[in-house]
Amino acid sequence: MGRGSSSLENRSPLPWPGFITTWRAALVVTVILVFAGLAVTVQSHADTHLVLAATTDVRDSGLLDYLGPLFQIDTGIQVRYVAVGTGQALDIARRGDADMVLTHAPSLELPFMAEGHGLCRSPLMYNRFLIVGPASDPGHIRGLTNATEAFRRIWQTNSTFYSRGDESGTNVKELQIWARVGYTPSPQNDSWYNETGQGMAATLTIASEKAGYTLTDEATFYTLASALPLDLLVSGDPFLANHYHVIVVNPAVHPTVNEDAALSFAHWLVSERGQGLIGDYEVAGHQLYTPEGQDRC
Amino acid sequence: MIDWSAVAQIVALTLLVAGTSTLIGAVLGVPAGAFVALKKFRGRNFVRTLAFTFYGFPPVLAGLLVYLVLSRSGPLGFLGWLFTPIGMIVAQSLLVVPIVMGVTISAVMAVEKRLHDTALTLGADERQWRATAIHEARIGVLTAVMVGFGRAVSEVGAVLIVGGNIAGQTRVLTTVIVLETSAAHYLEATIFGVILFILAFAIFAVLQRLQREGAV
Repeated sequence: MGRGSSSLENRSPLPWPGFITTWRAALVVTVILVFAGLAVTVQSHADTHLVLAATTDVRDSGLLDYLGPLFQIDTGIQVRYVAVGTGQALDIARRGDADMVLTHAPSLELPFMAEGHGLCRSPLMYNRFLIVGPASDPGHIRGLTNATEAFRRIWQTNSTFYSRGDESGTNVKELQIWARVGYTPSPQNDSWYNETGQGMAATLTIASEKAGYTLTDEATFYTLASALPLDLLVSGDPFLANHYHVIVVNPAVHPTVNEDAALSFAHWLVSERGQGLIGDYEVAGHQLYTPEGQDRC
Repeated sequence: MIDWSAVAQIVALTLLVAGTSTLIGAVLGVPAGAFVALKKFRGRNFVRTLAFTFYGFPPVLAGLLVYLVLSRSGPLGFLGWLFTPIGMIVAQSLLVVPIVMGVTISAVMAVEKRLHDTALTLGADERQWRATAIHEARIGVLTAVMVGFGRAVSEVGAVLIVGGNIAGQTRVLTTVIVLETSAAHYLEATIFGVILFILAFAIFAVLQRLQREGAV
């Protein structure tokens, strides 16, 4: 305190005029921060928008970032999406925090509809799940067209397998295949069976690092395929079809739902325009989704 | 492949959310910390321990709690703050306030003991003595604010759950790093990490300069 000389030393390093003291600069920054906060708040409430809770697969494949801006050009409505596992996406909607859902697990979607949370549910498109694994293929499943048989061999050879373990649509499908095998492995009892608890891309990365098998959706696999030493081993089983649906959340149950915007997006997605765009969407030269839209809204 | 206007937007929102949370943390945490340090009351040690315990409060848990409160089905759902920057600020403030408070308590208590007798000997009354103690502890108090900002700008668990990582709306540097990592875009994730580091460095440089001026 009170050592005048050191204050002179401290003035020198920054080349701004003397009347702009650091304290004043801090005050200005504070004021700017507060006003920026107000501006962001006002702006984010003003836009016409809808909140979509979607499965991570359609984000990771880039589909949502491709369709959202085009829909906004057509209608002026902005799509704000939260990408989570199918289970969590439906739960966000169940709490009334989303206007719309895009998921791919009919076994979870149908109870959601039965509970009355959904206004309507339209088939949108499908792609196929694939079983991928290391080139060495210790379970000898390469070339099979029966997913159940492939899983049975993985189980019988105790080959390393990575499950999402996160109640995502992919995880649900995987468990359905184990149910068909007649044996449901668990990380506690089966040292070869692992749960990553993470998204598809992370799980694929882990499976490739650890030379394990996993069940993946086509889109994420082709997005990453060039970077990962994993081979496509099993495809073509009709049971591996991965159907996506859009659900508009029921405004009668959740009054804050932006019904008009959500219905407008639901109609647009299954319209000729939406379906055409989905069919044209390619990643690394692969068409990822086959349109099968039907307007039930 | 990086869209720089999107990057600018993410950087701005990061500063806005972490900055505002730190501001709230300072406005609430510093007076609360000074009060606990200078006022003798029953349960004071308990409050101190509680503040320190909240240092270790997992951001993802804070995020979950704020999510449940701000959800349309929650008690404050009518505000519509979920998946907005305000919701993120609420969640981060919950993390920053205890840290600022805890470090402030330590800073003020460190000068309090040394000062108490001297001040009273020199004829200060209780009120003047308290004002002096807080003034003497200002460097420590600014450290408290810096630690608080560090906590806010680096956490990902709370803003991911409450903000939802919506592109152009609630995406900040930490959540975009998580996103790029999960998509195995390690180069992009690292670039965002470097941006976050540079940003933090610049802000701490300014705050440290404040601290040095305050020391005079």
